[in-house]
Amino acid sequence: MIRYAAGRLTSLVISLFVASIVIFAVIEVIPGDPAAFMLGVNARPDTIAALRAEMGLDQSLIERYFDWITGLLQGDFGQSWTYKTPVADLIGDRIWISLPLAIYALILSTLIAFPAGIYAASRRSGAGDITIMGATQLGVAIPNFWFAMILVLIFAINLRWFSAGGFPGWDNPLQAMKSLTLPAIALALPQAAILARVMRSSLLDMLGEDFIRTARAKGLSARQALWKHAVRNALIPVLTIIGLQFSFLLAGGIIIEQVFFLPGLGRLIFQSISARDLIVVESVVMLLVFTVIMVNFMVDLAYAAVDPRLRSKA
Amino acid sequence: MNRNLIIGTTLTAVFITLAVWSFVWIPYDIESLDIANKLQTPNSAYLLGTDHFGRDILSMIMMGARTSIAVAFVAVGIGMALGIPLGLLAAARHGSLLDEVIMRGNDLVFAFPSLVIAILITAVFGASATNAIIAIGIFNIPVFARLTRGAALPLWERDFILAARVCGKSAARISVEHILPNITNLMIVQGTIQFSLGILAEAALSYIGLGAQPPTASWGRMLADAQTLVSIAPHTALVPGFAILLMVLGLNLMGDGLRDWLDPRIRVART
Repeated sequence: MIRYAAGRLTSLVISLFVASIVIFAVIEVIPGDPAAFMLGVNARPDTIAALRAEMGLDQSLIERYFDWITGLLQGDFGQSWTYKTPVADLIGDRIWISLPLAIYALILSTLIAFPAGIYAASRRSGAGDITIMGATQLGVAIPNFWFAMILVLIFAINLRWFSAGGFPGWDNPLQAMKSLTLPAIALALPQAAILARVMRSSLLDMLGEDFIRTARAKGLSARQALWKHAVRNALIPVLTIIGLQFSFLLAGGIIIEQVFFLPGLGRLIFQSISARDLIVVESVVMLLVFTVIMVNFMVDLAYAAVDPRLRSKA
Repeated sequence: MNRNLIIGTTLTAVFITLAVWSFVWIPYDIESLDIANKLQTPNSAYLLGTDHFGRDILSMIMMGARTSIAVAFVAVGIGMALGIPLGLLAAARHGSLLDEVIMRGNDLVFAFPSLVIAILITAVFGASATNAIIAIGIFNIPVFARLTRGAALPLWERDFILAARVCGKSAARISVEHILPNITNLMIVQGTIQFSLGILAEAALSYIGLGAQPPTASWGRMLADAQTLVSIAPHTALVPGFAILLMVLGLNLMGDGLRDWLDPRIRVART
């Protein structure tokens, strides 16, 4: 296990390193001088030069990359050019909307998908199974931002149960959770559809295994065999998908934040793109990619811890 | 033919027909504004109603179908054209440094959600349908590479490949002449699925302003325009939303149906 983990850790570090180079390289080829862009068309050349020096743009690419990456490692994401505040503070403010939203959506998705998948598998080819599978087909095909608009139309505009957008802050946690509820549902439902399908097919695979027949032969009812043996074993692939979904939910939140006018990482990144605040774009993208790579790494480790056969493949 | 395949193919065919038809005829010109007829609910003159500029929504759906299908189709093409050869190469050189580099490269691209790739590309080159195609296409490459490698590896162990090697065929020739024909069905099914994901991705990118730009019609843009109108004219949001939903549903059903139809063994295993 230690050897496996060490192998995965090496590949994690290499992935992060290469990802950081890719992100830096892509952002740095952006046409147009950010300093000239910020100062407008009438700026004097010496003013632009001074700002370039202040922003560190007069250094070589390699120097700038190492400044950026060593800063990141120390938690210093640099200074936003438009907000004039540390990028780490900006991200720190916004992540307290994006992260809870992703976690909230993940919990909802799991709560919907588990019972639906288990029920469908246990009623295989029955009316319940067909209905749930039909619903998941729809769930997979629905664009989540459109679903979000429909939720706003029904629950915010017509029924007035929720606000149509905005975020009141965490001073009142209940109110904050309420304002994240519709966005979380919009994010969660399409994911729940995928997860329910995985849960169902994984469970059906397990129900065909010999150990289930053995369990039935020793006198367990179909329900006991399902809950005591099949569900536990079926969870392994499902957990992998849940891990992958978390990163998807975090990135997918970028769009949902637009629908609900939530001041999270998504809005930050769009504002920064239009303001040419490259250091913010760079850092937020790096943070998202870092999260995806870390989550995948942890899923791999958890998977190997549960299933010893995987370790030997390392 | 199974039910999924029939329903899926019909739905897909409807949208493809609408898109192709739009080259010849659309009910109303969508580039001229007709404020006098704005926000009409569906009626006999405007079958799906009009938007806030008085443009006919049916005409916009037809033109939008063209954009969606073109973007998703080319993006799948990019994914297949680069991903399949990479996967074949990795499988042919299984266990080598090249295989390792290709697979780790795949993992790396997977670490960038398609939306993040799109944001990066847009930040550099600006928003356009072409950049949406590139972003979705890049995301498709590792999907096909990984699938191809996974399907090709067990084939390399088979006797008919051994026979081909004994005949003196090169790895490249075996990949093209023997491996590729055996994984074509799998690629068609995955192509259909990626096509549907491409439609969703295009809509999402256009919705946040990173995809097709006006005056190019796009379902995602129609939804973005409808966002502030949803309370007074719900049809402006409902129609494009259902168009996306039905097109994606059709492609997914077609993918499922094709999988069963092309490989009876899967059908037995699945039921």
